[in-house]
Amino acid sequence: MSALLEVSGISKSFDGFKAINNLSFSINAAELRAVIGPNGAGKTTFMDIVTGKTTPDEGDVHFGEGSRSLLKMNEAQIARAGIGRKFQRPTVFEDQTVAENLTMALKAPRGPFAVLRWRPSRASQVRVEALAEEVGLSSQLTRRAGELSHGQKQWLEIGMLLASAPRLLLVDEPAAGMTLAEREQTTTLLCKLAETRAVVVVEHDMDFVRRLNCKVTVLHQGSVLAEGSLDHVTRNPDVIDVYLGR
Amino acid sequence: MTRKPFILQNPPVLVVLAVLAVFTATVTTLSHAYGSGVTPTSAVKVFGMTLCLALAAIAMDLVWGYLGILSLGQMAFFALGGYMIGQWLMYARTEGIVAVQLAQNPIPPTVLELQQATANQIFGVVGSADLPSVWSFAHSLPLQMLLVALVPGLLALVFGWLAFRSRVNGVYLSILTQAMTLALWLFQNDSGFRGNNGLSGLQNLPGLEGVDQATLSVWLLWTSAGALAIFYLLAAWLVSGKFGSVIRAIRDDQTRVRFLGYPVEGFKLVVFTLAAMITAVAGALYYPQAGIINPAELMPIASIHLAVWVAIGGRGRLYGAVIGAVVVSLLSSWFTGGRAPDLNLGVYVVNWVDWWQVALGLSFVLVTLFAPNGIAGIFDRRMGPPRKARHHKEAEA
Repeated sequence: MSALLEVSGISKSFDGFKAINNLSFSINAAELRAVIGPNGAGKTTFMDIVTGKTTPDEGDVHFGEGSRSLLKMNEAQIARAGIGRKFQRPTVFEDQTVAENLTMALKAPRGPFAVLRWRPSRASQVRVEALAEEVGLSSQLTRRAGELSHGQKQWLEIGMLLASAPRLLLVDEPAAGMTLAEREQTTTLLCKLAETRAVVVVEHDMDFVRRLNCKVTVLHQGSVLAEGSLDHVTRNPDVIDVYLGR
Repeated sequence: MTRKPFILQNPPVLVVLAVLAVFTATVTTLSHAYGSGVTPTSAVKVFGMTLCLALAAIAMDLVWGYLGILSLGQMAFFALGGYMIGQWLMYARTEGIVAVQLAQNPIPPTVLELQQATANQIFGVVGSADLPSVWSFAHSLPLQMLLVALVPGLLALVFGWLAFRSRVNGVYLSILTQAMTLALWLFQNDSGFRGNNGLSGLQNLPGLEGVDQATLSVWLLWTSAGALAIFYLLAAWLVSGKFGSVIRAIRDDQTRVRFLGYPVEGFKLVVFTLAAMITAVAGALYYPQAGIINPAELMPIASIHLAVWVAIGGRGRLYGAVIGAVVVSLLSSWFTGGRAPDLNLGVYVVNWVDWWQVALGLSFVLVTLFAPNGIAGIFDRRMGPPRKARHHKEAEA
């Protein structure tokens, strides 16, 4: 099976500081992967490069069957190609209702004139209700997103990601600020999602990574330090030295 | 699922249209031409002009209140619209006068002679006898009407494309829009628009010489009210659906909207250009009632005033923009018109002509501090059940 996302030899420096240094990474079409690493290891820059927010100085990023290069595309084009991103802080549109948030995220043409012509249909309404059901917000559809609790906002954002049905999902520290019960729910959801698509979870919290029970990539100073099962990488002396030992 | 017609989903739209209809009918029945004559013709013109300003405020609200771009160049589009229609008004009228004069000559004038004499008449004051190239279409009403929308639209499109593509945002974008306005103003002398003289005599509509100003003023009031109603409906429709959802999302967090796959720049360009064209139409209706347009109207301060009206009226609510424009512009013309009685404080006499700007600035600060949603926001809080429900839920939490 060929990789869905193939990142090869990318480097990026900011004012002489090498945030990413000759990093290579690949993930299959239905795979769950955890990316861990200490602060400044280049996790966020890596996600920025894949989603088009930052352009690397060197290297290539290819996505999908035709191995399209993502480097020439902007954020919106990459998102339309099927890469979704979940931010660490829940970012929903607080001024709008849960239904409006979900409707905006539904898979549909994104151009301004196409959006002007778009009308809600029976199908779109059913889809919004189903999504709300899935993330436990059925009773909140008409509420403004700003009135939701922190956890509910996280779930709304996940619902929005599901609505756009991405083929690759990048998730930034999903467990941050969650209660134990919410973490378990999140773990289950991420594992389920990874059955049908690629999911990359960037995480700090080792306990949470252990729950995910998946292949782990350890980043350090902008490069891959080790890759394999969690037990495998935690036995690696380099990893112990730079990350776990501290 | 049966969907209610768009108007019934938006009760404020119905209210605004009803108020507008009642207002127009009332002014008409009090006018010299069609009623008791209580309202002098000059006041009818002020009301008509106010409706045009309200239209400009609606466009400003689309750009600022909904899309989040504080454009300080809106009134430049307004003035450009005025100049475009003014060219035809002035040319056609002057041509008529010149034709009458030349008809007394023993030999009837040729087309070229007539054109030359008209150009001489218009541009004599600025020491020129030729028609500048920007006046090429001034003889044709349909062409100039087209230019009313096209020139500001094209300017907004090019400016917006350059600015949005480079991802200029926030205060920097505001400064850039102001720079655009200032650039237009600086070129006033070279642009073939008669420099500081501006265009005048615009209240005389060519072809309608037999109709007196009292009647014309009411006709223009109706036209302004009609334009306001049509564009209010258009704007309300635009912001009601998914399109409105997306532009409000761009206002609140454009990075996130990009990651949802929406071409943010495209949306900005569509709204900015459309708003420029609406503003230009408002300007084209305003100046025939004002009678004169000069380059001072292009100055950035006019656009800043527009922003203040929208802020005081209430951003992000179309009726807020209308309330702000109507209330503040009418108060402004009353206070600065010298008819407001001085306020005697004993130790100091407040002369409103001088102090109105101070009072306006103060109220702007007060609104920003205490009523961020403007007059319309206070309105909402008094009237709206959704707000009450929200407070209720907050109390629960």
